[in-house]
Amino acid sequence: MKKTDNMVWRSFASVRLALFTLLILATTSIIGTLIPQKNPPEFYIENFGQRTAQFFQMLDVPDMYNSWWFIGLLLLFSINLIVCTIDRLPNVWQMVVMNNLDTDLERLEKMPHRQVFHARGDAAALADTAATLLTKNGWKAQTANKPGGPLLFSQKNAWSRLGVYAVHLSILVIFAGAIVGSTLGFKAGIMLPEGRVTDTVYETGTGKPLPLGFTLRCDNFNVSFYADGATPKEFRSDLSVLENGKVTIDKRPIIVNDPLSYKGITFYQSSYEPMQGFNVVITNKTTKTSQTFQIPFGQKISWTEGGIDFGVINQEVRSRMGDVNRLKVWFSDGQGEPSIFWMDNNATQTVSRPTAAYEFEASQVYATGLQVAKDPGVWTVYAGCILMLLGLYVAFFLSHRRIWVYITREEAADRCRILVCGASSKNKLAFEKEFTALVDSFTHDSTFQNA
Amino acid sequence: MNSSQLLGITTFAYLFSAMLYIAIFVFRAKKLGLFATLITVAAFLINTAGIGLRWQESYQAGIGYAPLSNMYESLVFFAWAIAIFYLGLEWKYKNRVLGAFSMPFAFLSMAYASFSPTFGKEIKPLIPALQSNWLIAHVITCFVGYAAFAVACGMGIMYLIKDRKTNAAPDSLLASLPELKVIDDIIHKTLVFGFLWLSAGIITGAVWANSAWGTYWSWDPKETWSLITWFVYAATLHARFTRGWGGRRIAWLAVLGFISVIFTYYGVNFLLSGLHSYGGN
Repeated sequence: MKKTDNMVWRSFASVRLALFTLLILATTSIIGTLIPQKNPPEFYIENFGQRTAQFFQMLDVPDMYNSWWFIGLLLLFSINLIVCTIDRLPNVWQMVVMNNLDTDLERLEKMPHRQVFHARGDAAALADTAATLLTKNGWKAQTANKPGGPLLFSQKNAWSRLGVYAVHLSILVIFAGAIVGSTLGFKAGIMLPEGRVTDTVYETGTGKPLPLGFTLRCDNFNVSFYADGATPKEFRSDLSVLENGKVTIDKRPIIVNDPLSYKGITFYQSSYEPMQGFNVVITNKTTKTSQTFQIPFGQKISWTEGGIDFGVINQEVRSRMGDVNRLKVWFSDGQGEPSIFWMDNNATQTVSRPTAAYEFEASQVYATGLQVAKDPGVWTVYAGCILMLLGLYVAFFLSHRRIWVYITREEAADRCRILVCGASSKNKLAFEKEFTALVDSFTHDSTFQNA
Repeated sequence: MNSSQLLGITTFAYLFSAMLYIAIFVFRAKKLGLFATLITVAAFLINTAGIGLRWQESYQAGIGYAPLSNMYESLVFFAWAIAIFYLGLEWKYKNRVLGAFSMPFAFLSMAYASFSPTFGKEIKPLIPALQSNWLIAHVITCFVGYAAFAVACGMGIMYLIKDRKTNAAPDSLLASLPELKVIDDIIHKTLVFGFLWLSAGIITGAVWANSAWGTYWSWDPKETWSLITWFVYAATLHARFTRGWGGRRIAWLAVLGFISVIFTYYGVNFLLSGLHSYGGN
């Protein structure tokens, strides 16, 4: 049985199936926008009742876009695209590469756009003039000698017939990229305090530990706010990568919308968490010695070489999250009363003591929240997207336009019959204008005005 | 003069423009034609100036962002895109009756932006996720597409009105509407244009999401609804290209598609929850 006669093949190649699949995909997709996705089972029982929740679980409604039936619909959609393309592309390809100088001359007389006029002179000379006129109008022509006389042909954008198949292919490319991403990639997260390292991240949803294959360190995290004090302006982390004990990336800053990629794994700034503790730098301005500490809240810390005891004894918190606005410091160098003072977070305070002056720099310790993604399919997806846009442009706005000029010597009279005809794969109106302009330039040329 | 004043004037200028076009249609007041076009061009220029001034004001406020980042600003841009799309259509088809079915959308968008109490009009600093050039590309591509779909919906309504009484007397109101064949052609071309931009809008959104979160597609309600809209228009175009649908059926689909657009744009922000929640502020 020929594939074109097979009922199953025919239905998979049909646009009817494409319309059906598109509308089913459109309507079923609504479900997941109305019923919140990926919540724990209790959520559905609480909100929809035991029976409905059970029904939902049966049909994978809580994660419907990954359910067997939704993936099945996407698969049906893909098969439809593939079969439809295999079914139609050969004919369309034929249209693109065919030699239009072999076109049946009878068919030229039936073209949607045509004009006939007469001129005296030698057919070959007229053909030369016609070729020049065609070129002048942007139509580079080829010529063939037919029994009746010369035939000229010119075409534009023959390949534009492939545009729609480029769009179909682009969808398959995007799907392929998505499959590569979901099978070979992962989505994960990590909350990494300043100064800490990790070689593991935790898969989103399951919490499964995933080894990175290298070590990531958070050197610093900063959140800045706009003048209103409430709207965050920037989250910034300085990240370093260590491999085999060697630093391969040193303190690369990342912000939202500007991630760090290393060996196919990308780290996105996503959130942060204020920690109970401070990074402190104390500098003795007289001896120029200085020391860095990471200290917890409310504990006395000693800097033995510097002869200093200090601690953070109180803090003023700005948000529910626990961002510290100001902190109260207790500072003693064993000489006289200890200094107790309030200072801003992320600031430096000069501490004047009887025998020396110190600079006290303090900033709250943060943990940076990173989203971690490995997606080897993403460039395939992007390539598919670009192909789709190009394909849509070609399919919608370019048309395959063809022009023939057939010059035949008339037996009875000493003159030639000139047939100009053409066809366009779409946008007939624009082609008609173009065709009329071309015919005008023929009829206005002196060579063709002597009949 | 500040941007809110300019955009306030824009609202009334679009109202005036819409009323003039409706008058041209209903009273066959062809003499108003040039005046209507001039008012529309003026309204469009004031709208442009308003957006430009708001942009500048955001820099003066020390924030500095393209005014395309919340519900108010997107509505203003929506109106702008409808106006320029319509002006192009009028220029191409030399028919002002089309304005009676297009410019009301520009007015409604501005009116909703100006008078709705549900969202603020202030220039607010951008949260980190919104600080991306993809935001500009995403909003522009989406709303150019939405504007085309709004006009396609208007043309669809026009078609359905005219088609209801095809045997109307030659001097009746509906006779001034373009021929059904012409309306059908406008609907088709507008849908095709919109579809290309909607596709670009979804793609720029995906690229942005990937650069911000590492996921180009997460099936959040906004993304899903934009895809539903895409499916609806894709089905419409296939029905026309390969099954030869036209006329009433495509006109209805142009209206249905726009309902899906409105839900994607408005419904998701206010009725559903998801990543796009900042659009509702």
